[in-house]
Amino acid sequence: MTLAEKILAAHCGKDRVSPGQFISAKVDVVLSNDITAPIAIREFKKIGVKKVFDPAKVIMVADHFVPNKDIHSAEQAKILREFSREQGSIFFEVGQMGIEHVLLPEQGLVVPGDVIVGADSHTCTYGAVGAFATGMGSTDIASAMATGEIWMKVPPTIKFVYHGKAPKWVTGKDFILHTIGDIGVDGALYSAMEFTGPAIDKLSMDGRFTMSNMAIEAGAKAGLFRVDNKTEAYLQNRAKRPYTVYEADKDAEYAQVIEYDASKIEPQVAFPHLPSNTKPISKVGDIKIDQSVIGSCTNGRIQDLKIAADILQWQRVHKDVRCIIIPGTQDVYLEALRAGYIETFIRAGAVVSTPTCGPCLGGYMGILAEGEKCISTTNRNFVGRMGSTKSEVYLSNPAVAAASAILGRIANPEDIKE
Amino acid sequence: MKLSGKVFKYGANVDTDAIIPARYLNVSDPDELAKHCMEDIDTEFVSKVSKDDIIVATTNFGCGSSREHAPLAIKTVGVSCVVAKSFARIFMRNAINIGLPLLESAEAVDDTDAGDVLEVELESGKIVNTTKNQTFTAKAYPEFMLELIEAGGLVEYTKRKISAKG
Ligand code: SF4
Repeated sequence: MTLAEKILAAHCGKDRVSPGQFISAKVDVVLSNDITAPIAIREFKKIGVKKVFDPAKVIMVADHFVPNKDIHSAEQAKILREFSREQGSIFFEVGQMGIEHVLLPEQGLVVPGDVIVGADSHTCTYGAVGAFATGMGSTDIASAMATGEIWMKVPPTIKFVYHGKAPKWVTGKDFILHTIGDIGVDGALYSAMEFTGPAIDKLSMDGRFTMSNMAIEAGAKAGLFRVDNKTEAYLQNRAKRPYTVYEADKDAEYAQVIEYDASKIEPQVAFPHLPSNTKPISKVGDIKIDQSVIGSCTNGRIQDLKIAADILQWQRVHKDVRCIIIPGTQDVYLEALRAGYIETFIRAGAVVSTPTCGPCLGGYMGILAEGEKCISTTNRNFVGRMGSTKSEVYLSNPAVAAASAILGRIANPEDIKE
Repeated sequence: MKLSGKVFKYGANVDTDAIIPARYLNVSDPDELAKHCMEDIDTEFVSKVSKDDIIVATTNFGCGSSREHAPLAIKTVGVSCVVAKSFARIFMRNAINIGLPLLESAEAVDDTDAGDVLEVELESGKIVNTTKNQTFTAKAYPEFMLELIEAGGLVEYTKRKISAKG
């Protein structure tokens, strides 16, 4: 069995499961946010049970529109807050919160071997710690909150092997953008992606979170990594629960095996309006930008901010560019503050925001006007994703986004003179 | 159940931001959401659509975010079902959970144009294009999903499961 199959079998009390089989899996964490929880709570009440199956396993994070951007979003956040208080379940209040998919791993609330369902498509991020994590809708989450179980079709697994050594400035973001560019936005539809190979062994945990995060952008149900000593080191002093490590069998059956040479991958830029519309940085041409956003559940972790700070140090953001930097959580913010990155950003002329999804989904804090172009470390560049339907979003890693902020055009970090 | 309506046709990868833009997600009232359905790819959709009309699209319909607001907006605006070559996974679950029927048939999509009238029989998956006088058969639902649909969606299904356990 593959890694995904192993975890799912263990959660439905079977020795074996195979792709296509319908199962009812026990869940370890049920997540929702300020957009999806209000509907989940409404549906939960319709089911007619009074209590969630286990308050310690039900987590709500208000992150998309908080601190509340308007009256409507304040009403939404209030629903989560009140429900969590009444249930005694976990809720992250402004001041403790952050973007859910940066926050949960950081707080050790998701661990290897878990089955995690979340009413947010980027729940797949937790595959980076060797969990089977997948996004669903609000009604699914309501049912999972009531029963502690979820219906699921066991997905086939596609294995991705990254050989060789990544060049400078090439990160997990570039691996995953390159992969989506190769297989398309439905290239892994209904499947689990398993990321392996020598270049993956060398990849940091933050880089792995970025890759798992974007599995959904290839249509996948989950994107998993095996647990190694980097994972264990990350979990030390963090994991809030004991956990089980599962390994794919040597003779596991994969629907497909796709191999890449990491040494040939350049920093990638996904052009409007699909994450699969990728070009290597050398082929981008001259594209002037109005805004650069560094943050989100894809690239709002400390290593991402370090990369941006290294490039922005002693530099100035281009006079025609708004550079918006958003640490993923309060802890990331504090660490960046202590390391001096925040000062570097502000001196360079960037703005630093409190943790929030904000502009990533066109919520607030950096909405684009008609005709504007933005380079962004987020994960989606659909029409209107960051504002006007006549604006454009280009996706990249933090190094490219920082270099572009300085030069006022989409730029290779190599072009920044020290 | 037999559904019948005129067709609105779209291409590949119609994402959930196109179906219901995130800027409207600070509310969850279905009627409010329905006012903005398809707004970012078809500004005329809401004014032109009438009850029971059918959305036809090519591949990967509903890709992107997990927002259940997307099938909810489509259902509330009056659309009776969506016919596509393929659906994004989360959208498929959400639609079935809330009772918006989806049908997969590449042939029906290829041979149907905007404005045609389709008749759809959910149980058998039979799709008739009455404008062009053609008949197609959609992919059958797996048994488990039929159970969900027959129960009237996931909330009802879960209720039954809980009461069966006692
Ligand atoms: S940062 Fe963007 S992609 Fe991530 S959870 Fe928030 S809105 Fe969704």
